[in-house]
Amino acid sequence: MKKSRIVRASALIIGLSLVGVACGNDDSTSDGAAASCEGVKIAFFGALTGDAGNLGVNIKKGLDLAVAEFNEANADCQVGIEAYDSQGDPDQAPALADKAIADAGVLGIVGPAFSGESKAVNGKFDEAGLPIITPSATNALLSQNGWKIFHRALAGDDKQGPGLASKITADGKMKVGVLDDASEYGKGLADIVQTSLGDKAVEMNSIDPEGADYSAVVTAAKDAGIDALFFGGYYAAAGKLAKQLRDGGVEAQLYFGDGVLDKGFIEAGGPAAEGSIIGCTCAPFDSNATFLASFRAKFNEDPATYGAEAYDAATVFLGAIKSGARDRAAVLAFIKAYDAPGVTKQLKWDETGEVVGTAVYAYTIKDGKIDGSLGLIK
Amino acid sequence: MPDWLIIRIFWDLTVTGLALGSIYALVALGYTLVYGVLRLINFAHSEIFMVGTFSALIASTQLLNIPMLEDGNYPYRTGAALVFFLVFILLAAMFISGVGAIALERIAYRPLRGNGDAFGAIALAFLTSFVIGLIFVNETKANLIIACVGTAPISYSYLRFFKKGKKAPRLAFLISAIGASTAIAEAVGIWGPNRREQYQTPRILEKKVLFSALGTDVRIDYVIVIVGALLMMTALTLFVNKTKLGRGVRAVAQDAETARILGVNVDLIIVVTFALGGVMAGGAAMLFTMVYDQSRFNIGFILGVKSFTAAVLGGIGNLKGALLGGFMLGLVENYGSALFGGQWKDVIAFVVLLVVLMVRPTGILGESLGRARV
Repeated sequence: MKKSRIVRASALIIGLSLVGVACGNDDSTSDGAAASCEGVKIAFFGALTGDAGNLGVNIKKGLDLAVAEFNEANADCQVGIEAYDSQGDPDQAPALADKAIADAGVLGIVGPAFSGESKAVNGKFDEAGLPIITPSATNALLSQNGWKIFHRALAGDDKQGPGLASKITADGKMKVGVLDDASEYGKGLADIVQTSLGDKAVEMNSIDPEGADYSAVVTAAKDAGIDALFFGGYYAAAGKLAKQLRDGGVEAQLYFGDGVLDKGFIEAGGPAAEGSIIGCTCAPFDSNATFLASFRAKFNEDPATYGAEAYDAATVFLGAIKSGARDRAAVLAFIKAYDAPGVTKQLKWDETGEVVGTAVYAYTIKDGKIDGSLGLIK
Repeated sequence: MPDWLIIRIFWDLTVTGLALGSIYALVALGYTLVYGVLRLINFAHSEIFMVGTFSALIASTQLLNIPMLEDGNYPYRTGAALVFFLVFILLAAMFISGVGAIALERIAYRPLRGNGDAFGAIALAFLTSFVIGLIFVNETKANLIIACVGTAPISYSYLRFFKKGKKAPRLAFLISAIGASTAIAEAVGIWGPNRREQYQTPRILEKKVLFSALGTDVRIDYVIVIVGALLMMTALTLFVNKTKLGRGVRAVAQDAETARILGVNVDLIIVVTFALGGVMAGGAAMLFTMVYDQSRFNIGFILGVKSFTAAVLGGIGNLKGALLGGFMLGLVENYGSALFGGQWKDVIAFVVLLVVLMVRPTGILGESLGRARV
């Protein structure tokens, strides 16, 4: 009795798998290469919602554009997109990373978008051999962990921090308050800026980015008589801070890092955001005419911070898929050997995953818009 | 930061600390009132505050059509228009928060007291089936239909379940409170237009310096907050002490059963208590948006915890205690973050609470709404 059941069950399984094989054969014979790209995906990993969600949305758009262009040009190889919305939260990221790793179709990740979540999950990706190219996580220490899968499409904060400090010095500021949001990215960048500024810097500790009231910091800034203030953090908190500083009568010139380079800063800061100077290792959105035109055609708007970097990152992955790489190891090998111009810079990585180009740009807020006319710092 | 700096900026920190403390105190009143009457910690009260901030936002942008910016500057109003707008927004926030608090009591607490009625059951059943629908279908119209169809059987089972006279254990109220709090906040976070991002509220009051004293510039918005909060608290105290309903509140706080025997409508008093707390939270919410120009789906969370702390600090169930606790907490936080850095703000607040509770376990003024003649 027992035996016959096993026999029947195995007969069923064999039968089903034969059907499966037959169907599979059908597909591949009728549509040659299509089957070979089937299930191949590039994933976005980062915040699409939450306090700094706009930055993730920019990145996702760059990825979407690159994949759409690729799929249009390669009818026989359609690449899918998977989005993992971490809300930028290092606590939520690990579970999502496990999900991405478990999905064998995911050959590469554009992200993780922020430094805090990168620190939390890149180790997992490294163990799984899943290659990542982050278009935005700039914390200087990220490349020092020996992760073989780590790459970033723009220079880190070890370049941005000194760049910002040299801009602040060049602007003739003598007493600079340095403040951060206690995040991996914000504190890391603020510390580098402070070190680079040397004795011009006035340590002002941290604020809670989710808090509402920054009056203690405003009072301290007023009392310290600073002529400039640098805040390391993301745009929502920066907007609130700028507003309360101006309300409190602090007239110091405000400087920020790339986490603030978003229209959300202008929304949150209102008139107080005007004239702020924001550093970024990301290229101005209009630096590549072809990219700009195709982005405008697809989304009917201008690309924003990290959009072009994400496009570059996706292009590298798509190149790997095009070259026939169908597993993570092959994609990783392809990235390691990559050396070609992207829309933002020459894309070539050293062994730590740092990109070769190290430009730092300065942006300002003028008439309620991000203005890139300050150009290159160094 | 060296200590001599602290002394120089002392008065500055005092003013801003008192302003934030006033908001804590107003919200703390809601915790204290409900605790005094029901011995229940209404954790969802923080969400009533959040609803108040959104009411203020909607009242100013939708009803009064105030833009976020006019010609690149804040949409300042002056004179009578300013007063009218501020009062209108205040009343709108108070009204919606008050109604919200009453609805909360009906849906989340009354069924547990064994007094569940059809209204609460139907409302809760509608929400339940709406959320169930959302899990399976991602389209608003379909969700609404599912919710309507699901309401009847679910409300019937709720009514069967919460039979009149069956009282749930004390712990059930706490779970219900936490559940309601999460549900309200997440609903705004998931379905609000900005999702989980920050919202800006338009600024109609120019934050001018009203006067300077002791080397500190005192801004008009801080003065309005502190004076407004004190006025609201005075009105509340008068209501509780001088009116018939207020006497009912005190009677139920002292001994609900005896009050019921003596002819006090306990259910009505409980509704009044929630409404009073809600109105105070609405007032706090309006003042908050006036000073900080912002709101979020979870804005009530930390503020609610702080206000609850303030209530415990002053002595929960004690109206004057809420005031004292609120001011104390606001000041201590501000001094502390100037002294040790902003990242220590919350730590300082709770260390102070712990120290006070070690010395005076019932808070500074002791706990009691009924006995200690508020």
